[in-house]
Amino acid sequence: MIAALLFYVFAAIMLVSAAMVVSARNPVHSVLFLILVFFNAAALFVLAGAEFLAMILVIVYVGAVAVLFLFVVMMLDIDFTELRSGYQRYLPVGLAVGAVMLAELVIVLGGWKVAPEAITLRLAPRAAELTNTAQLGRLIYTDYIFLFQAAGLVLLVAMIGAIVLTLRDRNRSRHQNVARQIARTPGDTLELMDVPSRTGVAVIGILRPKPEAPEPVEEVHGGGGGHH
Amino acid sequence: MVVGLFHYLFVAALLLVMGIFGIFLNRKNVIVILMSIELILLAGNLNLVAFSASLDDLVGQVFVMFSLTVAAAEAAIGLAIVVIYFRNRGSIEVEDVNLMKG
Repeated sequence: MIAALLFYVFAAIMLVSAAMVVSARNPVHSVLFLILVFFNAAALFVLAGAEFLAMILVIVYVGAVAVLFLFVVMMLDIDFTELRSGYQRYLPVGLAVGAVMLAELVIVLGGWKVAPEAITLRLAPRAAELTNTAQLGRLIYTDYIFLFQAAGLVLLVAMIGAIVLTLRDRNRSRHQNVARQIARTPGDTLELMDVPSRTGVAVIGILRPKPEAPEPVEEVHGGGGGHH
Repeated sequence: MVVGLFHYLFVAALLLVMGIFGIFLNRKNVIVILMSIELILLAGNLNLVAFSASLDDLVGQVFVMFSLTVAAAEAAIGLAIVVIYFRNRGSIEVEDVNLMKG
């Protein structure tokens, strides 16, 4: 009884927050309501007996995805009031599509029931003596190991993709340019001169380091300036 | 399960409709559209968990894990695209995205 009441409370809060996500004026508020939606969905998962998924939802979605959204919303300098224009224009079509969709779903749900032989088709019935997490672990590390690896691969590709997309090469690092190093010849930097013996190189006009080109002399020295 | 399967399915259907409504309502703001997609995926996950609990079959919950993986990857890539788009164009209006329209 208490659990059923809790279900309705969590479901109501979740739906109201979902409505606030799509209709809040400030996207930061949208993200915060999204976090509330995820928390309430996790509570619904717990009520359905999926404890592990509930914790995963809180950790992955609230801890990673929602914070990522929050970072992006705060990082981009966007005039959000300007993005709200046309809101009234899209409201009727959105309401119409939503109403049609909901009506269709309700029709489907109303005229549908579980086939009686479906109970014999179960692949992994719940074992009473094991916790939810232990049973899920036994499944994903045995029967679904390849799918599990594929999920890891999807995450790797997403990580590499996000890094590649947002990486900006600003030419600030002085890294080694191997092609330029190899293409360099001694003639570019080295100069061979004939120097008579017993003569300083400075006498015949070879100065190292090379003297700078004389700077243009300022005509007027700053009045009372301190240049010396 | 403390309440019937249909309660869960109806709540998930409402959540899905809310997400679709959000996509229509925020036609210009890509970030809110991504959040609406998250809502839709969450509705799907809620359905899977409800069926898993109702039919007493854990495969539904395994599938929710993979669906969560794909949703997280989608959010990361989508937000990366939003960031580089904003860097290039200085706005995230969806209606500006017509450069590739022949």
